[in-house]
Amino acid sequence: MIRFASPRQLRERGILGMNRRNADFIMRYNPRHLYPLVDNKLRTKQLALKHNIAVPELYAVIEIEHHVRNIADSLADHNSLVIKPAHGSGGNGILIIDGRLGKFYKKSNGSLISIEMIQHHTSNILSGMYSLGGLPDKAIIEYRVEFDPLFENISYQGVPDIRVIVFKGIPAAAMVRLPTRESDGKANLHQGAVGVGIDLATGISTYGVCKNDLVEHHPDTGYRTTGIEIPHWDRILRLATECAASVGLGYLGVDLVMDRNLGPLMLELNARPGLNIQLANSQGLLGTLEKIESFQELPGDAESRVELAKSFSASANTD
Amino acid sequence: MNRLTVNGWALALSVTGLAIAAYKIFDLGLPLVPEQNTDVWTLQAQATFVGTGGPAKLSLDIPQHTPGFVILNENFISRKYGLTIDQGKDSRKANWAIRRAKGEQSLYYRITVARSNKAVEWESVPSFPQLPDYPEPYASAVQAIVEDVREESADVESYTRALLKQLNSPAPDENVELVRNQAKNTDQWTSEIIKVLKAVRIPARKLWGMDISDLDNNAVLSPLLQVHNGDRWLTFNPDTGKQGVPANFLAWQVGEAPVSKLTGGRKPGIRFSVTKSYAELIDVARKGAANQDSLFSAFSLVALPVQNQNVYQLLLMLPLGALLVVFLRTIIGLQTFGTFMPILIALAFRETQLFWGVVMFSLIVSIGLMVRFYMEKLMLLLIPRLAAILIIVVILMLLISLTSNRLGVERLLSISLFPMVILAMTIERMSITWEENGAREAILLGVGSLLVACASYVVMTNANLMYLMFVFPELLLVVLGLCLWMGRYTGYRLVELVRFRGILQKDAK
Repeated sequence: MIRFASPRQLRERGILGMNRRNADFIMRYNPRHLYPLVDNKLRTKQLALKHNIAVPELYAVIEIEHHVRNIADSLADHNSLVIKPAHGSGGNGILIIDGRLGKFYKKSNGSLISIEMIQHHTSNILSGMYSLGGLPDKAIIEYRVEFDPLFENISYQGVPDIRVIVFKGIPAAAMVRLPTRESDGKANLHQGAVGVGIDLATGISTYGVCKNDLVEHHPDTGYRTTGIEIPHWDRILRLATECAASVGLGYLGVDLVMDRNLGPLMLELNARPGLNIQLANSQGLLGTLEKIESFQELPGDAESRVELAKSFSASANTD
Repeated sequence: MNRLTVNGWALALSVTGLAIAAYKIFDLGLPLVPEQNTDVWTLQAQATFVGTGGPAKLSLDIPQHTPGFVILNENFISRKYGLTIDQGKDSRKANWAIRRAKGEQSLYYRITVARSNKAVEWESVPSFPQLPDYPEPYASAVQAIVEDVREESADVESYTRALLKQLNSPAPDENVELVRNQAKNTDQWTSEIIKVLKAVRIPARKLWGMDISDLDNNAVLSPLLQVHNGDRWLTFNPDTGKQGVPANFLAWQVGEAPVSKLTGGRKPGIRFSVTKSYAELIDVARKGAANQDSLFSAFSLVALPVQNQNVYQLLLMLPLGALLVVFLRTIIGLQTFGTFMPILIALAFRETQLFWGVVMFSLIVSIGLMVRFYMEKLMLLLIPRLAAILIIVVILMLLISLTSNRLGVERLLSISLFPMVILAMTIERMSITWEENGAREAILLGVGSLLVACASYVVMTNANLMYLMFVFPELLLVVLGLCLWMGRYTGYRLVELVRFRGILQKDAK
């Protein structure tokens, strides 16, 4: 077991560290005034709709405490739905309702909750419990993604999502995040979800990582996580670069989900995407980022951007 | 801003700060470490009497102006006695009173002084004395002496000098002999001189004090002569005629001798003692204020009133704590609840000491967390819930204080200085982290915060650093420079070496 990597080993593998990410990429390429666009999921959704980017349908927005009491009305029309804070981070504060059972609502993990608990949860969202800095927030009620059967065997409850890092409009890395029992259905790597790297050129999953260890199987279901071909891969990459173009952030994390019927949908954008994608891909980001940075001019249309991204990956593979 | 500009600023600030500090060290001779000692003297007056069972009052003259010395500390030790202090222009009196005094009574007055070159002036302005009615042949003798001296003088100062020379002449004439025979000791001799000066209507008085070079458990007060020239008081040695207050003379009081007055008791006694010890220069400079050379004192925190100095001494340590937090978070990569929360906790530790501080912090946060977990079930709104936690924290602190008071652990009484709001916020954030990211992460963050708080405490209470920052506040520029430099540090964090170690597994396979 390797306990420590030396700084030289990390540098050789092009690993991007937190300090460098903040100073050389986020601060340089992400103008602060654009942050509200991605930090507020309601604005992100509106922006996406304006640019014809596929997103889960918005059912309702709860803005004031008074409306919390009548939340049952908003829930009535839909069998399954998601309630989440507009300013949430790290997947916190997201409540997924899968169905009904008499007076009770069924959560995605099968447990039942009462309408009072939903109201309390929504109140918490409004009072800013999940927002950065505890500022008052809004609650979004939206379409609950019916995820593609493709991931059924390799995720434990929750929604598996695809994260693409887009730098200057060019996809630079991608991974799929698979919830585990330990991550409590959340697709968050540091909570124990499995991160599986995806080869940009082919859309085929490579290595997986769970809690810093290389894995080839999902820890709960036991199915192989490597060698899976992600469907609609070109559409996913194009969606990612379109998101980057519409929001204007230079260094962006795009989170997508694969819907059974609707195909890839953009869930949220992240102006400070994490670094775990490097572990999932067993490859540092710096090499690709520096290559993209070295271009004087980058192609404008989404197709060429996707092609450029694929070419980086292919060349990386032949190394 | 590119990295070069930032590093340029960092370098410029650090160099400026260090240059000013170097100037103060090499040119002004300020010590770099607080070890440099200076002499301090502790003088004690012990007033004793035997109580008769009834009410008793004792008044003691205590020093007011101490030319050549600065009073660092002053203590009255008198159990059960009521104490008032009469403040005159050139004198002070401590008045002790008690309803019933029986048996041997001892009252102490103690001051600590150090040398100082601060100018001290007596303030009272005397009226001109009445011409006394001297008996013969004394009157003629005095008349002859003052006539003689007047020839050789221009003003009060030169007159007094000439008179003292004449009176102390090794070959006295019969007039001087006559006056001299009236006095048997320095006290009486000074009185005689004052009497002679009355003949020319020069106001004069005695200045009592003690020789501190004579370390003694039975020190005696001896008088000097003071004359007023219409503008200020001038001091002379009545025996030698030497002008000025001698270097080792600590002025105690002006006027007539018996320094203590007793009503309602028997056998009054007073005893003076002098002891010498060492104190750190910075303490002397701080407490005495402006005890150093002018440039230092004019531009230094030492010139501030003592209570403000204490505030600044604390404030100056905050940037060091912040620098440490920057280091631990940017270079090491430790995670904490809130950026500067650990510094505030560390400040509280100053009062409680590290061990009890950590115990208290852990105790309050753990109990608070338990209450918070229960509150989760009550489904309270965020702000009322935060307020409720704050109230719980205050109640916990109250309980701890009361319990520790019962048990006699005085250290824990200072727990009231704990930043309650910060504690409440910590509990809230920790419980949310606990619920969302699991107990492991919450405890990890909590322990991380506590470790950073302990480290800040160690740095912020380091006596050498406190001294350095207080005497050389320009070092703040160096701290600022280091902060800027770390602000552009883009290397790996120490924890990332562990975090990304998995990347090596692929090669190992």
